[in-house]
Amino acid sequence: MFARAASPRVIPGFGPTLGFTLAYLSLVVLLPLAMIPLKALGLSGAEVLAIVTDARTLHAIGLSFGAALAAAAVNAVLGTLLAWVLVRYDFPARRLVDALIDLPFALPTAVAGISLAALYAPNGWIGERLAPLGLKVAYTPLGIVVALIFVGLPFVVRTVEPVLEALDAEVEEAAATLGASWFAGFRRVVLPLIGPAVLTGFAMALARGIGEYGSVIFIAGNLPMVSEIAPLLIAIRLEEYNDAAAAMIALLMLAAAFALLLTINLLQAWARRRIGG
Amino acid sequence: MRFARIWFLAAVLALSVPPARAETALLNVSYDPTREFYKEFNTAFAAHWKRAGGDAVRVTMSHGGSGRQSRAVIDGLEADVVTLALGYDIDAIADIRKSLPADWQTRQPNASAPYTSTIVFLVRKGNPKGIRDWGDLAKPGIGVITPNPKTSGGARWNFLAAWAWAEDSFARDDAKVRDYMAALFRNVPVLDTGARGATTTFVRRGLGDVLLSWENEAYLAQQELGRDQFEIVVPSMSILAQPPVALIDANADKHGTRKVAEAYLDYLYAPEGQRLAAKHFYRPIHPEFADPADARRFPKLKLVTLQERFGDWRATQARFFTDGAIFDQIFAKR
Amino acid sequence: MTLLAPRRSPLVGESATTRRVLLALALAAIGLFLLLPLATVFAEALSKGWGAYFEGLADPDARAAIRLTLLVAAISVAVNFAFGIAAAWAVTKFDFPGKSLLVTFIDLPFSVSPVIAGLIYVLLFGAHGLIGPWLIAHGVEVIFAVPGIVLATVFVTLPFVARELIPTMEMLGRGDEEVARTLGASGWQIFFRVTLPNVKWAALYGVLLCNARAMGEFGAVSVVSGHLRGQTDTMPLHIEILYNEYNFVAAFAVASLLALMALFTLALKSALEAVTENPGR
Repeated sequence: MFARAASPRVIPGFGPTLGFTLAYLSLVVLLPLAMIPLKALGLSGAEVLAIVTDARTLHAIGLSFGAALAAAAVNAVLGTLLAWVLVRYDFPARRLVDALIDLPFALPTAVAGISLAALYAPNGWIGERLAPLGLKVAYTPLGIVVALIFVGLPFVVRTVEPVLEALDAEVEEAAATLGASWFAGFRRVVLPLIGPAVLTGFAMALARGIGEYGSVIFIAGNLPMVSEIAPLLIAIRLEEYNDAAAAMIALLMLAAAFALLLTINLLQAWARRRIGG
Repeated sequence: MRFARIWFLAAVLALSVPPARAETALLNVSYDPTREFYKEFNTAFAAHWKRAGGDAVRVTMSHGGSGRQSRAVIDGLEADVVTLALGYDIDAIADIRKSLPADWQTRQPNASAPYTSTIVFLVRKGNPKGIRDWGDLAKPGIGVITPNPKTSGGARWNFLAAWAWAEDSFARDDAKVRDYMAALFRNVPVLDTGARGATTTFVRRGLGDVLLSWENEAYLAQQELGRDQFEIVVPSMSILAQPPVALIDANADKHGTRKVAEAYLDYLYAPEGQRLAAKHFYRPIHPEFADPADARRFPKLKLVTLQERFGDWRATQARFFTDGAIFDQIFAKR
Repeated sequence: MTLLAPRRSPLVGESATTRRVLLALALAAIGLFLLLPLATVFAEALSKGWGAYFEGLADPDARAAIRLTLLVAAISVAVNFAFGIAAAWAVTKFDFPGKSLLVTFIDLPFSVSPVIAGLIYVLLFGAHGLIGPWLIAHGVEVIFAVPGIVLATVFVTLPFVARELIPTMEMLGRGDEEVARTLGASGWQIFFRVTLPNVKWAALYGVLLCNARAMGEFGAVSVVSGHLRGQTDTMPLHIEILYNEYNFVAAFAVASLLALMALFTLALKSALEAVTENPGR
């Protein structure tokens, strides 16, 4: 893009907008979040070691990551499918379905959790159909995955949709020359193009899932070493008046989320440079 | 942006509804199962206070898990009075926030507990698994629902009641008591964070065969959610649960509400307060003030007290429920 | 428009059968993961009929919760909209070192656990927090009062507008703005005449999502609210209170109202898009 070549800044407003952005971010995000490392600093090295090697803490963090990872993977496939269908096919109530995709953003997480628990409990509408198959969802780690699928569903759909909308004639020609099945065309032509968007959506769903609390605690079962998620453990540590331990676990989760997001943004910046340059 | 403006206008309009008129406001921070009781008690107290020549009083309630509520008061929720599930949660306010004296429990009669309760079993109609006593809870194939003792006051009473029974049954053999507790918690499929959550799991989600519950909560669940679906089983022995009340001196003095707050707590011990407690399935400490029909509902059973069996709450908390203490050890073993 | 006709010429000519299968799968997934939970909310809300439903909504505490929720959402949307515009402008119109880091910080509230989001405000403004004691001594209530609820909501909903605007403005490039500048337009003129018309759908979508999330936030607000009925209860918290009082009909009635408000705004956005000739977001 020629903007990169024009090194002197033509467009006005750099100072005020960046200044406001930085000030606002510092006040609303960075300063409050700085409380977490500040509190965790109150711990001695041995205490930190005890917390980060505690089996229960590790299990809770592992569960939060594992369940979020599984849910994000499901959402990557499901989200791509939904985006494909919503962008490319016309069917009655398409716009309504499209609007419905954002429901998980809007419904309070606690309401989602209660509804999902009601549906998947052994006496619920879905649960009683799964029970004869020996499948337990509510009050098991599987229930956590279901809740996180619900919570993370919009991310992949919303990142892939615009890219599919923008696919143009060149791609069409390339696909046509391949002839073969639609799936081969999809895999070889479309997938590489929407890949970064799918990955972004996947990572956002993952990042959101790791920290999710409200919808999960109603369906998880909350048993230590089985179905206890990291945010619940933080809440428990707080109720034990153990703020430093809570902050330490929070710090671990924050660091993980930050690393994850930074990776996505660097990837995206790299992809932009590669395409734009 | 136009959107933002419309929402903003709507909000301003909605908020311009005149606020409540000047009156004395009292904040009572309480735990989960007292909702129905205090709803009625607050109305009764407001009428009483007015008859006694006081201002109009409006009591605001905040309910939640006892531990979380205690934590909120420590963090600055300006409760005039607290009415929590167990003494430790008020001890913590005294120890950490220092907004009431450490010996708060001696300021009101009966260790500051105007009503008591105990722990009983709620089972499904007809008691299909034949659950009669604490020993049955540890048998294989029984689903036991209790909240998490880490976050729920009621669950701590549950735990201590089971522990006390096991001590008596196994001649205080510590290893056997722990084995029993581990077997019991092997039968627990869900640990909700509060008593209300556990009741909902048992009643609405159909999980488990028995709910360990406050006696008042069990009666209420039966009344609200289906008398024909659940039965209360009274075990051979249980624990005397004493949910205490206290004035938070620093907050009441700041608000200038000490007099009315003290009167509020005193009224819990008055005939009307005692009658209402019994009506809402709490055992009044003066049964003579209860409606005879209400008083008859409480079954007689052997009750051990925390004091005689475990000592005070600070010691009990440290022995059983802090990080790495007996509850964590048992749970790791299960 | 016939059922299952492709909306545009097929990229990779899937057969009609494939199209049907894909659509059936997509609709099944929507039904299972989105419609069923939503239907559960309405089924519970209406399980005792419309009378009980409206009784639940007419309760003074429910009305106070609705008012508080609207106020909190209005403030959060307004400030985060201003922030979103400024941040998107700075990030997409200029190159500077550390841009990826900045964008990551903008994203961060997305992935911070609501429990942590509440915790940081307790550690900051609580009676034992960093500046809480000083504020309390000066009679300023933040936590367990409306300001704390607003702050937590602003934190949680911060990324939405910026996140929608940044990719769109990135895609549009800087050419239009630069031409406008050489023609002598001022910064504000460029923004209102050139940039804003191009990104209005993205901005609207960001505002709608921000608003929906602000109205529905539970975890973070729960930590800083204090749960004072009729005072610091937002709609999601009031739902929890009602649920815990075994008042399931009223709880789900308020929940359904919240879902309806969100669905209505989202459907409105879809309709607006449909009637304009510019359907892209």
